[in-house]
Amino acid sequence: MTLLSLAGPAAQVLDAVPNWMVLHPHWVWLTVALPLVGFLINGKVAMLASGPVPGLPPKSAARLTELVRKYQKSIVSVVGTGVLLAAFVVAVMVFLGFHFLDNQTGYVVRLWSWIPVGRFQVDMAFLVDQLSLVMLLVVTGVGSLIHLFSVGYMNEDPGYARYFAYLNLFIAFMLVLVLGSSFVVMFIGWEGVGLCSYLLIGFWFEDKANADAGKKAFLVNRIGDVGFMIAMFMIWTTVGSLDFGTVLQQLPGAVPAGGAMITAITLFLFVGATGKSAQIPLYVWLPDAMAGPTPVSALIHAATMVTAGVYLVARTGVLFALAPISNTIVAGVGVVTALFAATMALRQYDIKKVLAYSTISQLGYMFLGVGTGAFAAGIFHLITHAFFKALLFLGAGSVIHSMHHAYHEVHSSEDAQDMRNMGGLRKAMPWTAGLMWIATLAIAGMPLSGFFSKDEILAYAFGRGHDNPVFYLYYALGIVTALLTAFYMARLMAMTFHGKNRTGADAEPHLHEAPWIMTGPLVVLGVLAAFGGVLNLPEWAGGHHWLESWLLPITASAQMYLDPVLPHGTTEYVLIGLALTAALVGLVAGYRVTMAQNIVPARDAPEERGFWKVLYHKYYVDELYDAVVIRPLIMFSQRFLWKGVDARVIDGGFVNGSAGVSRFLGQIGSRFQTGQLGFYVLLFVVGAVWIVRAMVG
Amino acid sequence: MTDFLSSLGYSQWIIPALLIVPAAGILPILFAPAAQAKRIALGISTFVFVVSLGLWWAFDPASGNLQVAASVPWMPFWGIYYRVGIDGISLFMVLLSTGMMPLAVLGSWHYITKAERGYYALLLAMTSGMVGVFVSLDLFMFYVFWELILIPMYFIIGVWGGPNRLYAAIKFFLYTMFGSLLMLVAILLMVWQIAHSTGVVSFEYSFLLSHSNTLGSTAPWYFAAFALAFAIKVPIVPFHTWLPDAHTEAPTAGSVLLAAVLLKMGTYGFLRFAVPFFPDVAMSPAVTALFVSLAVIGIVHGALVAMVQPDAKRLVAYSSVSHMGFAMLGIWAATVQSVQGALMVMIGHGLATGALFFLVGMLYERRHSRLFSDFGGLARVVPLLSIMLTIAALASIGLPGLNGFVGEFLVLLGSFDRHPWATGIATTGVVFAAAYLLWAVQRIIYNPLVKPENKALAGHDLDLREVLVILPLIFGMIWLGLYPKPVLRRMEAAATRYVEFSIPRQATARNPEGSQAEGAK
Repeated sequence: MTLLSLAGPAAQVLDAVPNWMVLHPHWVWLTVALPLVGFLINGKVAMLASGPVPGLPPKSAARLTELVRKYQKSIVSVVGTGVLLAAFVVAVMVFLGFHFLDNQTGYVVRLWSWIPVGRFQVDMAFLVDQLSLVMLLVVTGVGSLIHLFSVGYMNEDPGYARYFAYLNLFIAFMLVLVLGSSFVVMFIGWEGVGLCSYLLIGFWFEDKANADAGKKAFLVNRIGDVGFMIAMFMIWTTVGSLDFGTVLQQLPGAVPAGGAMITAITLFLFVGATGKSAQIPLYVWLPDAMAGPTPVSALIHAATMVTAGVYLVARTGVLFALAPISNTIVAGVGVVTALFAATMALRQYDIKKVLAYSTISQLGYMFLGVGTGAFAAGIFHLITHAFFKALLFLGAGSVIHSMHHAYHEVHSSEDAQDMRNMGGLRKAMPWTAGLMWIATLAIAGMPLSGFFSKDEILAYAFGRGHDNPVFYLYYALGIVTALLTAFYMARLMAMTFHGKNRTGADAEPHLHEAPWIMTGPLVVLGVLAAFGGVLNLPEWAGGHHWLESWLLPITASAQMYLDPVLPHGTTEYVLIGLALTAALVGLVAGYRVTMAQNIVPARDAPEERGFWKVLYHKYYVDELYDAVVIRPLIMFSQRFLWKGVDARVIDGGFVNGSAGVSRFLGQIGSRFQTGQLGFYVLLFVVGAVWIVRAMVG
Repeated sequence: MTDFLSSLGYSQWIIPALLIVPAAGILPILFAPAAQAKRIALGISTFVFVVSLGLWWAFDPASGNLQVAASVPWMPFWGIYYRVGIDGISLFMVLLSTGMMPLAVLGSWHYITKAERGYYALLLAMTSGMVGVFVSLDLFMFYVFWELILIPMYFIIGVWGGPNRLYAAIKFFLYTMFGSLLMLVAILLMVWQIAHSTGVVSFEYSFLLSHSNTLGSTAPWYFAAFALAFAIKVPIVPFHTWLPDAHTEAPTAGSVLLAAVLLKMGTYGFLRFAVPFFPDVAMSPAVTALFVSLAVIGIVHGALVAMVQPDAKRLVAYSSVSHMGFAMLGIWAATVQSVQGALMVMIGHGLATGALFFLVGMLYERRHSRLFSDFGGLARVVPLLSIMLTIAALASIGLPGLNGFVGEFLVLLGSFDRHPWATGIATTGVVFAAAYLLWAVQRIIYNPLVKPENKALAGHDLDLREVLVILPLIFGMIWLGLYPKPVLRRMEAAATRYVEFSIPRQATARNPEGSQAEGAK
């Protein structure tokens, strides 16, 4: 029904598209190949610039290095951003091309046969359908903007080429993740983005903390990946395939709905999702991931990679719909994570840390959405979040850039990311301040993009409460989180841009607005963050839920088993009123409380006390994991397995226990001197000749 | 290509050539000036590798039978023949052996300075020995080659090894000797017992295979002897403690060959002999439980102990214990997927671990240390080495897109149905693998560059020779990671055949021809 009502005008627009703007979906591989080529070129430039090529005559090698060093910045800027913009253009053209296909249930692009073993056949293949196209556009679109921003942000970094190489590689893997037509191909992207995340978090690897953070991200993700892999094994044993098409079609008939098998499969998949999308209990890597360059945080740790778990649940929506226990857990973990992370965001001073916890919290909302069964709403929030959170991170990047310069000018080693050292920055950075306010209103739930998506999720959760009352609780927690979100965002804005400046009298004059190459992308994101809601505007706001209808071919099968209803009429308006009130109260309270505080620069700040201290230290969860898991494991391996079992029991007990034999052989062995070696070789040759004689007959 | 090869009569001479040419190469080395030894060895081993590549085309992927086969009487009175042949299992083991050798020679170029002639002669002797192990289809001949390899390896560790080389060499020798002597006894008794019942004295593989079901109550003892010899070689926990010592003390090329080829002789032994000969014993619930448990224990134990090693080489050595656990799990799960996975693990481990040992060796040549605490921040000064190290580590971790993933994933996927709990625990190995390797990589190439000795490495990045050693391995990792199909296709028939052989016969007489025909289809 909704599809038809929408299809009219939208289809007319699409039909009017000229031919040259349309590309058949089988060209989608170009969107992966382009960034991959960018990676290879930029990687090669980084290599050539780092030192002479081995094997070349020293003189020409040195000249080559010099030449590359001279032009590397221009080459890398053009290639690095160019491939992304090109990929975005291809993505748009493929999107249009998809519209002209007769069969819109999804188009599989087979590249080559990857792992064929008996019944197990996995092709390197991409799936172009409504869901992957949406993700494709978000990744290449937001990705392009962040690449452009990076040109300015990373301009003076000696690792410029390496940075863009990694960033390009990330996009390639991210697209493999969203386009993969089977769990296994998706898994290439899934682990590949983890690798790039690792490389980029530890980009400034000479600081041990950064390298540690990268490693932590990879390891925690890998814990999730074990879940993902076990889910794959279970699916394979059940239906004998890992292709999305086959699995999503056959698995529902192969296992009883709500049974142990489907519950186990979906829960293991969700374990994978909690790793990648930083949910309880595996969220701990994301705050540390802020050690990477800020555009990386915007791209990987806000807009794209961390949403992969949400995408996975939406992609396999029908499986989750069949497992009520699982989807209730998904929604529950999501909303609890949302609340938990929001409380931690209340007491962080590092501007990026606030945004990191905010991201975890918002991802929780998305899981609440897909767990409720509102898959389109979850994806909707994923998209709007990509807009406003990328904007917030890039804005924070501009601020840090400016602060860093100012401190650099006056040779100060103050923390450029600590909000206690900021304040009043709106005067120096009016554009950044204004744009970040748009994003803040959007995330807080004022009627910009984020409002519509968040409201939709909460409304669906409320609607499902009718069947399953625990969702009323989820809804309530969601509203509380909304209030906290508004509060910590207002606090962030107030501390950063308002009040008195705390940068220091000498550094303050050096604060400045970012160059246009950085502000430009911010403006585009600002527009998207403000108006991104039109993608799925509800009826009361004059829309037709476009995104929801667009995704209907994907979500329809899940809705056969799980179809929460959106409350209508009075209830709907009450819910909207409630959400708006929470947002407004949070914003005003956050702003006023912060402005009323006497904030002192980080250097002079007193130690936190009471519950604030617990929040500041993130509930000591890292310390807990360290004490309960990591240390005991290392201790166990070191003291028991190595020194105990291997050295004492096996070697000490058995091997060296046969000391008589070993001493005897030792004496023989000690006579084996190099001088006598010839004799043994001779023996060997004689033996060999004997064998050869036999072979020749 | 196939036509060209058959016009050369390739199948007739290739295996004898692979056995004779390297061994014959010893003579010119012994009479050449010491400084020329490595050049001769490089020339011969490269030639051998290039020639062996023809097997790729000469081999018929559709057939699960033993191909390129030949049989010539050697000591016919004792039923001992020169019998050789390859199938989809041994094909890649042979190519791995011949392929690693030129790299091993090139990797030893500057490192080996004493008694060069002896060293390179032993490397060539090992080439013949390794090929011999993988092509032998006569149990006596197999045993001869199996033992033959011990000697060059013993000397390579004991003469050119590190400070503790004698202990390591003797430990290596004792351990492996202990296992293989029992195997010799088992082979002889088995032949004798079968000769007793059939009246035919023969060491022929297929003859023994088709009569091994008549052994009755002695079969468990034979299996135990074979299994022990192979288990030590793999190595399976608790027979693994020779490995860290041997690896650590051996010169770089020794470690590489040990990891890339010698360990595979163990898993190969299970695939070729121990399981197909005695499926009723090997695949009985109790023995299966034992080996699956030991495989999983190996995966986790090896990884955890690797994590706490202070020495890079010991870490890589323990990682081998962990990786070979995956191969063992795949062999015992005995599905087409798990067995092909095990073979991919064997190949992949050869490439990735080989590369890691080479790189650690290159670091050692520069810094005369392998302790993590001596390194840090090297990415700043030796970027090329750092990139290669990262790629090799990622392949070893099992990152999809590189070779390690294909093998591990197939093993786990194929084993899950039969051994869900064991596979579940084994899967956690991927976390530990990431833990120890990323930590290792971090402590070597990341972190602050503070030590003056490390700063002094600037300008001493990999040279052309070293790049030539590592690059082929990296190429292999990417190729097998992205397009393993040609390799998998060549293994499939042999893997299927193994799976069929591994089904317990419950003492019912079996028609070997029938089974083989089934395996071939």
